[in-house]
Amino acid sequence: MPKVIIDMHEIEVPEGSTILQAARQLGASYAPPAMCYYTKLEGSGGKCRTCLVKVTQNSAKDTKGTPKLVASCRTVVADGMVVENFISEEVVSARKDVVELLLINHPLDCPVCDQAGECDLQNLAFAHGEEITAYEEPRRQYPVQDIGPLIKLHMNRCILCYRCVYVADQLTDQRQHGVLGRGDAAEIGTYIKKAIQNDFSGNMIDVCPVGALTDKTFRFKSRVWFTKPMNAHRDCKMCSGKVVLWLKGSEVLRVTGRKDAFGESLEFICNGCRFESKALEQWTVEGPATVDVRSVISQNHYDAQSRPAWETHALLD
Amino acid sequence: MHPLSSRSRVVVNKTMTFWERLYLPAIVGGLWITFRHFFYKKVTIRYPEIKRIFSPVYRGLHVLKRDDLGAERCTACGLCAVACPAEAITIDAAERKPGEEGLYREEKYAAKYEINMLRCIFCGLCEEACPKQAVYLTDRIVPSSFERQDFIWGKEKLVEPVEPEKRVDVSIRHYFQKEA
Repeated sequence: MPKVIIDMHEIEVPEGSTILQAARQLGASYAPPAMCYYTKLEGSGGKCRTCLVKVTQNSAKDTKGTPKLVASCRTVVADGMVVENFISEEVVSARKDVVELLLINHPLDCPVCDQAGECDLQNLAFAHGEEITAYEEPRRQYPVQDIGPLIKLHMNRCILCYRCVYVADQLTDQRQHGVLGRGDAAEIGTYIKKAIQNDFSGNMIDVCPVGALTDKTFRFKSRVWFTKPMNAHRDCKMCSGKVVLWLKGSEVLRVTGRKDAFGESLEFICNGCRFESKALEQWTVEGPATVDVRSVISQNHYDAQSRPAWETHALLD
Repeated sequence: MHPLSSRSRVVVNKTMTFWERLYLPAIVGGLWITFRHFFYKKVTIRYPEIKRIFSPVYRGLHVLKRDDLGAERCTACGLCAVACPAEAITIDAAERKPGEEGLYREEKYAAKYEINMLRCIFCGLCEEACPKQAVYLTDRIVPSSFERQDFIWGKEKLVEPVEPEKRVDVSIRHYFQKEA
C-alpha cells in the first residue's frame, strides 16, 4: 500500500487510488475542491481543473517533482509521493484563476437560481475565488429549456462538467441527452426537444454542481435555507428509498438523495421517490439531516444539532 | 455589611423640624421650579406641523424600489429574510410569465413580501444584504395604529409608485452605501 504525504500529512492508501481520493481520506478540509469528479461515475474528472495540486516528489525513487500542476482526480499515487495542496502558493493562485475561468460564462444569477445555498460553484468561488474578474465581454446566452416535464435546463449556468452525461450513460438504459457542439459553443442538449423519460433521470439534478439542471417541481418554491432537511425513507421497488426531504412546515417541497461530506450522492434515487412522493405520509422520517454548520442552510437554526461540537464545548469550558 | 455602592444611605426616622412642618416653603420652592421652566427652551416639537431634521443615515420605513423602467427590482432571493435578526420578513416567490417583463425585472419575483413592523428593529441588514438594490430604509416613519394587523406591511404598501414624481428618493442611502 503506497504511502503519500499530502500537505505534510502522511496517509496510507490502497493501490491505484488517486491523489484526490487520498486527500479525501484525510478529511473534507484537506481535500482539494472538485467540480467534475464524482466517485460513483466512472470516467468523470479531469475537466474542471479545480483539483489541481503540486507534486513535489513523484515517488520514493524519483525525487523530482512534476514540472506543472496536476489534476489530483486523475493522478494515481505512488509510494513516497509528496503533494502540496493548500500549503502551496502556486496551487492557491492557480485555483483562483480556474475559478475565474469557470465563472467567465456563468451568469451569476444566484438571487434567481434555485441551487443557491447548496451550489458547489458558489462555495468554490467563495472559498477559492476572487471578487473581481478581468472579463468584460458579453457572456454566452441560451434560452431556458424544459428537458422533460420534470427537469429545467439553464444552459447559461452550465460549466460543462459532464456529470449529468455520465449519469445518463451509466445509470439509465438509454441516454437521451449529451453535449452538443465543441469549445465555446458546447452545450448540454437533447438535440431535438426530446423529453427525458428515465426512472433515474432525476439524479442529473443531484449530480449537477451548479444550477444548470434544477427540479421543476421545486422551481421558485422556496430558498433552500428556508426549508428543513430531514432524512427519511420509504419502501421503493426501484431504489433504496433513502432520501432527504426538504420540508417547510409539514409540506414536502423537494426530495433529494442523501449526500456525503463531499457533496456526492450516497445512493441514487428513482424519479418516483424524487418527484411523485410529495406527501409526508408516504415517508418514515428518521430525523434532521446533517448540514454543514458553515452552510447557509443552517443559518438561523439555533438548536444544538446545528452547532458543531467544538463550538459549544469551547463556550462551556 | 459592606455597602454595595457609595450611594447607599442609612434610613433614619428623624422627626421634621418646625420649618419643614410648615410645608409652605417647600410648595413655593416647587412652584418656583415650575415657573422657571416657562422660560426654558422646549424639548418637544409640534410633530405633524413641524418635523425634526433626520440624520442622513436615519433608518425608517422600508421601500421596495423599482428600476428606471418601472419594473420591480426585488427578485425574491430571500437574502433580506435570512439576514434579518428579528425574522420580520416573509417572502413568497413566483415565476414571471411572458408579457410581464415590464412589471418584474428578473424571471423570478416576490409574489408576497411582508415586513412585520412590530418585529422589525430597523437595523438595516436587509438593505445591506440585498444584491439587487431593491429594499431600502428611508427617512419616513412607520405610522402608528391601534391594530396589530396594520403593522404587517405587504407589497401594496412597500413598493414605491410607478410614476417618476411619486418615487421614493433613496439617493442619500445609496451615497452612504457606496462610501462604506
